[in-house]
Amino acid sequence: MAALLEVEDLEVRFHTQDGIVHAVNGISYAIDPGETLGIVGESGSGKSVGVLSLMGLIPIPPGEIRSGRALFEGVDLLAMENAEIRSVRGNEIAMIFQDPMTSLNPVLNIGQQITESLTLHLGLTGAQAETRAIELLEMVGIPLAAERLNNYPHQFSGGMRQRAMIAMGLSCDPKLLIADEPTTALDVTIQAQIVRLVKQLRNEIGMSVIWITHDLGVVAGLADRVIVMYAGRIVEEGPVIELYQRPRHPYTMGLLSSLPRLDADRPETLSSIDGLPPDLILYPSGCPFYARCSYRIDQCMQAPPAIEAVSPNHKAACYVDVTTAEPTTDNPYQEFNMA
Amino acid sequence: MNANGKNNNEHEPMVKITNLKMYFPITEGIVFRRHVGDIKAVDDITLDIIQGETLGLVGESGCGKSSTGRAILQVYRPTAGSVEFEGVELTSLEGEELRQMRRHMQMIFQDPYASLNPRKTVGSIISEPLEVHDMLSGSARVDRVKELLEIVGLNPYFINRYPHEFSGGQRQRIGIARALAAQPSFIICDEPISALDVSIQAQVINLLEKLQKEFNLTFLFIAHDLAVVRHISDRIAVMYLGKIVELTDRISLYRNPLHPYTRALLSAVPIPDPVAEAKREEERVILQGDVPSPANPPLGCNFCTRCPAVTQVKEQKAIDCFTVEPPFSEVEPGHWVACHLHDPPSSV
Repeated sequence: MAALLEVEDLEVRFHTQDGIVHAVNGISYAIDPGETLGIVGESGSGKSVGVLSLMGLIPIPPGEIRSGRALFEGVDLLAMENAEIRSVRGNEIAMIFQDPMTSLNPVLNIGQQITESLTLHLGLTGAQAETRAIELLEMVGIPLAAERLNNYPHQFSGGMRQRAMIAMGLSCDPKLLIADEPTTALDVTIQAQIVRLVKQLRNEIGMSVIWITHDLGVVAGLADRVIVMYAGRIVEEGPVIELYQRPRHPYTMGLLSSLPRLDADRPETLSSIDGLPPDLILYPSGCPFYARCSYRIDQCMQAPPAIEAVSPNHKAACYVDVTTAEPTTDNPYQEFNMA
Repeated sequence: MNANGKNNNEHEPMVKITNLKMYFPITEGIVFRRHVGDIKAVDDITLDIIQGETLGLVGESGCGKSSTGRAILQVYRPTAGSVEFEGVELTSLEGEELRQMRRHMQMIFQDPYASLNPRKTVGSIISEPLEVHDMLSGSARVDRVKELLEIVGLNPYFINRYPHEFSGGQRQRIGIARALAAQPSFIICDEPISALDVSIQAQVINLLEKLQKEFNLTFLFIAHDLAVVRHISDRIAVMYLGKIVELTDRISLYRNPLHPYTRALLSAVPIPDPVAEAKREEERVILQGDVPSPANPPLGCNFCTRCPAVTQVKEQKAIDCFTVEPPFSEVEPGHWVACHLHDPPSSV
């Protein structure tokens, strides 16, 4: 099966007053039609930039796409002119963002904002667009949709705004939905509503979903495949169950074991990953996780490990086979700072 | 037995909160401000915090959990009710007397960026409580600040640096050092880890637990993350729309939640395990709609607009949740809940 979107060797930098920020450092991934891909990482890991840069949504300058290709149904998004990418964005590729209040226009009512993409991309007339907008709001579970069309964003609650954003995103039957931390600003009970809605719509429409988040819990119940990012690199990629049950990168292992779980009794202390992610301006020449890694060996200092298959479908960027190796240090960050 | 089902002579409550109300007035008019209503942020809560425990206070945004914390410390002066700290009534204290009491109660804030003054050095931020309470002076004060930095896992050498030179997790450590400076016995942690990255959260939780043991601290731990609260708390109170709906120890809250809201909240939390998640998805209770406005809460039970058990209560108990408010009652030893499904037999 041909991939819907194939990203190859993407490298994105930002030129700032303090120096060059190495935000994304050569990442490659692909997503199949109908597949849900979770991209997990902490703030500054490049998880959002890695996807938004494909859509022409990072400011250039200060941003710079150093290299890479992004083939969407065989056409390179990064080689497109602005006008061309506009016909894809919001049409074949839809996006929803973290903060539904700042991504909606406060002075236009919800109806105007939904019908905009319908008239722009699908060429519907005003009345047709309005009928379709009501259908869309009903589909995402907003009661009294016809009346709600005349409301302004401030009259909606956070969860309803995110539903309206989803309705807008789905208005042109996209092939791919990119969701950038869509539930981070919402309460857990509302998050559960939104996650269920996206799952249900995904199954009805058959679209692919890229779900960018820092929450390993949400991804566990939603994604087919997961990518873990650290300091602008993909450190691990695999099918969801495989990745959670048999993580192969020390960072993924550390993340999973540092989470307190709702369904388990408490350990005495949580295991934590000591230290901080590296400075993206003074980017380390070796493995970016070296300073915090308890499995590190001398080789890790020389050059960053390439991401390689550890089993069919499962890849990790680590020189060490964590299934057989023993940790080489107990206090990696302290020792690193002493050296 | 006191309001929390623990024996008084065994565990003396350190903080006794009785019928606490915190209303914020809604006014209209610019010149003649008329009082037209109230935001009932905290609406009649009764709670004891026992010496040496960590009491978790959970709920969604806007449920009044932070207002509760601030009303306890008298940052906001409560509208009604009483807060006793080690036997001293705080709500009637003013000026110097209140300031003296504050030494014993400190707060750690959510946002490590907003809660540290960017123009002050770390040293002067941490020594501020010492200054305010006239504790130590000169080199003894500097030594104490260095000691505090070490206690929270920062290099004492950082004493002359400014907050912008630190990461979020390190700033939160500075906030913790400041809270510890005056040697308080009670600390309110108001979402201390919500703004931090996952790998840093565990570091701060471990630090708080270590400090609690070392300095015999009592915590009120306010958070919305139920997994974290389960990890750190001894007892947990669940708040919804200004009221406490359930209060029990952490084991029975997760094994045997009684209030329909607690159940929905627990089932909404995603677990980082795809196999367990798939199983939970089948049984997941998803609440409809949103939290009503605290300016105009429902007449009867606060939760009636979203509660899946309203018809069950009507059929089994012949009580209308929309008009009758459930009492907050102890249904099992130490397990308190405000729901008609669990009304004690005597009150029906």
